[in-house]
Amino acid sequence: MNVIEVRGLRKSYASLEAVRGINLSITKGEIFSLLGPNGAGKTTTVEILEGFRTRDAGEVKVLGFDPATQGRASREWRNRIGIVLQSTSDAGDLTVSETISHFSGYYSNPRNPEEVIAAVGLEDKSKDLIRNLSGGQRRRLDVALGIIGNPELLFLDEPTTGFDPEARRAFWSLIDGLRNDGTTIVLTTHYLDEAEALADRVAVINHGQIIEVSTPTQLGGRSTSKALVQWRDNGELKSQETENPTALVSTLTTQFSGEIPELSVTRPSLEDIYLKMIGRADE
Amino acid sequence: MSKIPGALNLGLRRGVLEIKQFTRQRESVVFTLLFPLILLAIFGSVFKDTIAPGVTFSQYFVAGMVASGLVNSGFQQLAITIPMERDYGSLKRLRGTPMPVASYFIGKALLVFVSMILQVILLLAGGYFFFGLNMPTDISKWFTFTWLIILGTASSTVLGIAFSTVPKSGRGASAVVSPVVIVLQFFSGVFFIFTQLPSWMQQVAAIFPLKWLTQGMRSVFLPDSFAASEVAKSWETGRTFLILIIWLVVGFIISLRTFKWSRD
Repeated sequence: MNVIEVRGLRKSYASLEAVRGINLSITKGEIFSLLGPNGAGKTTTVEILEGFRTRDAGEVKVLGFDPATQGRASREWRNRIGIVLQSTSDAGDLTVSETISHFSGYYSNPRNPEEVIAAVGLEDKSKDLIRNLSGGQRRRLDVALGIIGNPELLFLDEPTTGFDPEARRAFWSLIDGLRNDGTTIVLTTHYLDEAEALADRVAVINHGQIIEVSTPTQLGGRSTSKALVQWRDNGELKSQETENPTALVSTLTTQFSGEIPELSVTRPSLEDIYLKMIGRADE
Repeated sequence: MSKIPGALNLGLRRGVLEIKQFTRQRESVVFTLLFPLILLAIFGSVFKDTIAPGVTFSQYFVAGMVASGLVNSGFQQLAITIPMERDYGSLKRLRGTPMPVASYFIGKALLVFVSMILQVILLLAGGYFFFGLNMPTDISKWFTFTWLIILGTASSTVLGIAFSTVPKSGRGASAVVSPVVIVLQFFSGVFFIFTQLPSWMQQVAAIFPLKWLTQGMRSVFLPDSFAASEVAKSWETGRTFLILIIWLVVGFIISLRTFKWSRD
């Protein structure tokens, strides 16, 4: 059974149709990334899945449960999911350790607070008041609160905004570790390199509809698109687009004795493909 | 897999957390707890008359300040801080956990109760030592005092939560809430002798709980002979109880129905 199953999801705000018939299936244990420009319907979709928003039409099942349901059953359901929202900005009068221990009390089967603090790299800060944390440290606390309940399904909304490159790498390996534990993860992000590093599959949303669902390496025909081969010949930089880069490189190998100067073979980045898809959808 | 924790248990845990957070905001702790005492000092120094045999204005005023404390630490505090929590995203984060809304309410009520108790102790101690406040000696008066504090805390809490959806943002909340409270204090006979107010003011005040809390506290801190000087020539204890219960139930229903975890 799929962890998330969405059929024909629709949602409008006044005159704006934010979500126009979205279908999604997310399987257990995968990291699924939603990409799309601001206002594409990404946040609305995720917030419906998280039970924060109501929907106008369509079927939604998250862990076999309709997120729109209220009451006792809803608590049991929330006990099984974790949500990392965009950061809060409260006064921060509690310490890291107090906050995480307190939240662990909300769940039936929480992780060990100390282990979670260590997992997000806040051991040195566990006795510090939250108001004294840096932006990146606050974000790691947000993530800690999302995973403290030992969720089967984790929603991550722009998790690494404000991280320095090193912290992002550390965060990625944390998420990788969660996947290895079998956690299903829904990741919304603006960083395409993040989606590429983490996601098993990505969906591109624009104008309230899903344009394509694919692996990061195959999205938008990326794996079969032309490669760009560049090299230097007699001091002049040459480049050629080709569907058969291997053939071109072996031809070049016969032309040069030894190393081909400044040789590179590149395929379009996920970002190139994504921008092209968003652009095309705009037409 | 074990069971998810119960709402009451989580409510107690939230109460402890709320109190911890409150005590760490030092400026607001000092201000909240000492403000009634400062007011008592000012009014006690300005109005030195006795308003009835054996009843000083300070004595009359203390009853009003204790009642006001219930409105300040419950209604006013919550109606200002909850919109801020909503803006900060703290409430939305809580909404994403299995913690039920009832636990959040219980936590707030405990915070209000504890800050109320501290405030009352300071006010009564200060009044006793510096302003010649007479403490009631009759046990039945302390009984009335206790249920007024409990009912007052509970109704003030739910009404504060209910009103927390009125301010459009945390920034503007204080500007919306404070005038409501101050006007209510003037109308309810906190700063002036209630029977000397215009009767239309008395009638407006009689709709709201503060007037009844104030009158109830007068029945605790003033001699029984003073009851004859009240509007109804009696303390109206039964009616006070009933009106507070009604406000508690109405406030509870409204707060459950209208409570919002996030601004949109």
